[in-house]
Amino acid sequence: MKRYSVFAVAKEAFRQHKGWDRAWANPEPKKEYEAIIIGAGGHGLATAYYLGKNFGITNVAVIEKGWLGGGNTGRNTTIIRSNYLQDPSAAIYEKARSLYEGLSQDLNYNIMFSPRGVIMLAQTQHEIRGYKRTAYANQLQGVKTEWIEPKRVKELVPIMNIEGPRYPVLGGLWQARGGTARHDAVAWGYARACSDMGMHILQKTEVTGVTQENGQVTGVETSRGHIGCKKLGIVVAGHCSHVAEMAGFRLPVESVPLQALVSEPIKPCMDVVVMANTVHGYMSQSDKGEMVIGGGTDSFNGYHQRGSFHHLEETVRALVETFPMIARLKMLRHWGGIVDVTGDRSPILSDTPLGGCFINCGWGTGGFKAIPGSGWGFAELMAKGYSPLTADFGLNRFTEGRFIDESVAAGVAH
Amino acid sequence: MLTLDCPYCGLAKDETELSYGGEAHLKRHGPGSSAAEMEEYLFTRENPKGLHFERWRCSAGCGKWFHAARCTVTMEVFGTYAAQTFEPPAEIKKAITAKRPGWTWRNFQ
Repeated sequence: MKRYSVFAVAKEAFRQHKGWDRAWANPEPKKEYEAIIIGAGGHGLATAYYLGKNFGITNVAVIEKGWLGGGNTGRNTTIIRSNYLQDPSAAIYEKARSLYEGLSQDLNYNIMFSPRGVIMLAQTQHEIRGYKRTAYANQLQGVKTEWIEPKRVKELVPIMNIEGPRYPVLGGLWQARGGTARHDAVAWGYARACSDMGMHILQKTEVTGVTQENGQVTGVETSRGHIGCKKLGIVVAGHCSHVAEMAGFRLPVESVPLQALVSEPIKPCMDVVVMANTVHGYMSQSDKGEMVIGGGTDSFNGYHQRGSFHHLEETVRALVETFPMIARLKMLRHWGGIVDVTGDRSPILSDTPLGGCFINCGWGTGGFKAIPGSGWGFAELMAKGYSPLTADFGLNRFTEGRFIDESVAAGVAH
Repeated sequence: MLTLDCPYCGLAKDETELSYGGEAHLKRHGPGSSAAEMEEYLFTRENPKGLHFERWRCSAGCGKWFHAARCTVTMEVFGTYAAQTFEPPAEIKKAITAKRPGWTWRNFQ
């Protein structure tokens, strides 16, 4: 792999940029791999990367039905934060956030991580108490967040109307080291690094079945034939119930569409990420100048990647009240992604009833921010059978009642 | 926007006039049941790509609960029916078979 650097750019500039290699290879599948990951999104590619980097397992294939990073990795609003209430969540999200800080250097690929700061607005008395509690919990967990008063919110976000008639801004939970990153680049950077280690990324390859023998996984049936493996990781977000069914077990997951939209590009007006959970909208400004807006999930199960229109109306209505200047912005694009929501709104990183088969799902509406931490922990789980990062996120917690209840802690946007 | 016919009101309702109630025809496990049965009842849903039986409440109308058979991919509605039943009525099954031959759902087909 050719290293990307200022010298490489200068060298290529003298020869019409003809010397650049493809970032990742497009190989024919082998008969068998040591490990197969289903799903070449951020979480799947990160898992493969840390399997190679931390555990030296490089005989790995990442199988993808569409193209890499074309699912929820390419559909989210790119927010990165780790201000969670429960200890297991704070640990894995903070691991992810801290890995994001050095990821561009680690991958030699600019993921455009921008630690611009994230505010979660408190707009009710209940939220003031909730976020103060989270700030105290974060201090104990070693996650740097603080409670800030309305005056400081206004200083950070001058375009915000903090005296809204219905939901005035009463303060906020501020994580200065949260921010955003280029979502596609995260998938591309991991893919390039995986390919460089000799791993195979098999795009346009649909998994149609999981083969097993004596309770142990032996491989997967795909649209390009049978591919054998000793270990299998299922990392397919909204479609995890579907793939788990092929492997012969069921998941406590329901899939719903989540929507987002972006405006036309405008001059820089807001250099932090703002989340308003009571009125349900969150917004940041991309490097191109577009206002990136996250909306709500449909109330009912769906795989249709569109979502109900009235959720957009609710989100935009709330944001216009909080940010009056966006009222005349035109919206350019709007899309939906299928998110996998568990009973306690926390992810599942677990072994499964099928030997050698592991599952990483249930990230619901908040998976992007967790990609490096999720990959780090899940790779350890797949390689060694145990990871302190994932130990509390097992499937058995639903039988045993050991929930990691972030649905109450995180409100809706998360 | 999803539109469903309330079998009690007899009116077509937009989804903003309705509340979703999750999977229909769940078997409720009571005291004395095993941990696995409780997990099944509380959390393990069908979550299919395709035909889905679900509960809805006519919350901005008559207030009654009813059931619907819908496709989660195409959003096609096969029919709605009263909630006082343990399995979908024959005409709903027939309407589904016409469009999705060979369908199954837990113990129904």
